[in-house]
Amino acid sequence: MPVKKMRDIPGTTFFDGPMATKGFALNKMAFSFNSQEGRDAFKNDEEGTMEKYGLSEAQKEAVRKRDVLGMIREGGSIYYLAKFGQILGLNVQDFGGLQTGRTTEEFQAYLDSQGVGKDNG
Amino acid sequence: MAKIIGGIGTSHIPAIGRAMDQGLEDTPYWKDFFAGYPPVREWLAEQKPDVIIHFYNDHGLEMFLDKKPTYAIGCAPQYENADEGWGIQPIPPITGETELSWHIVNELIENDFDPTVCQDIKVDHGLTVPLSLLYPGHTYQGIKVIPVCINCERHPMPKPSRSFALGQAIGKAVESWDGDERIVVLGTGGLSHQLDGERAGILNTDFDIECMDKLVDDPEALLKYSNEDLTEIAGGQGVELAMWLGMRGTMHGKVRELHRNLVAPISNTAAGLQLLLNE
Repeated sequence: MPVKKMRDIPGTTFFDGPMATKGFALNKMAFSFNSQEGRDAFKNDEEGTMEKYGLSEAQKEAVRKRDVLGMIREGGSIYYLAKFGQILGLNVQDFGGLQTGRTTEEFQAYLDSQGVGKDNG
Repeated sequence: MAKIIGGIGTSHIPAIGRAMDQGLEDTPYWKDFFAGYPPVREWLAEQKPDVIIHFYNDHGLEMFLDKKPTYAIGCAPQYENADEGWGIQPIPPITGETELSWHIVNELIENDFDPTVCQDIKVDHGLTVPLSLLYPGHTYQGIKVIPVCINCERHPMPKPSRSFALGQAIGKAVESWDGDERIVVLGTGGLSHQLDGERAGILNTDFDIECMDKLVDDPEALLKYSNEDLTEIAGGQGVELAMWLGMRGTMHGKVRELHRNLVAPISNTAAGLQLLLNE
């Protein structure tokens, strides 16, 4: 019998057991980016590093394309995917833009449109 | 008897750590956020707590998916921070606690909570950013920290009501400890935000305000929410309300709010700050 599905919330992928199973190799590679050594290994040899961690072809393709939504679809957990940020020079607003089809500036403006407690918007 | 004198809810966003590293506190983006902290720092300086019980969540520094505790509690004499790939400078070692923490573990297990017990863990920004915020210049070394870690990454996560009950059980354990420690409890993370997916960037500050209101005088009203509800209402990482509920659960008596601030967006998040006195 299939594992119970979590609630359908558009634009949201719950990182649950089945996704954690699917994404283990990808997340394990991104977990290695905690260290400078791990980040350098990926920077110096992306394909070799993906091979070493046993990423699926779909995961590799999402990484090659810097396709954040694709990585999430293939089981990536945002906590580990965010560790790509230092390697790729992307912050979480860049990640937000990449996932929502906005430029970083547009994503920032979207955040600001919901803001409180600041006088700079 | 050891006493919990108060609780503090605070954000732990990595960007805050980077802003402090770079001295950006007074810049237009940051000033309203950092302006919230002096009253809490002053209260801590007056109260001089001996111990901090620190509800936080690990974001993949120590607790990877290979072995991921639902609840974990530290009983170590010291905790170290490390590079976690988010670009924050690691902070100096944090003093731990090895007596009251074991008493809490004994009492929790006696009362049917079964946390993972940790004698050697690295702690990430979920724990270190709040300490840096509350003790600028890393002046936290005289205080003993007991980390309590809640899984907020991979579902299934503990129910929000369970994290509140965990806090209640920790509060009772502290009350049964024959010591004279004065304790402050931190609940860190949140409030509304979602980092992942096409829905990334949603905030819900009305809900955040409702949560902060209820945390003062009616925390039970928040226990109806499931993690799926919190995701829908407050974004995928809105589930970090768990740590605030744990913090509030430790305080059994009447609670008075001494200070509050809510600033959004800070990074992709609504950044809350709340100081609650345990009367």
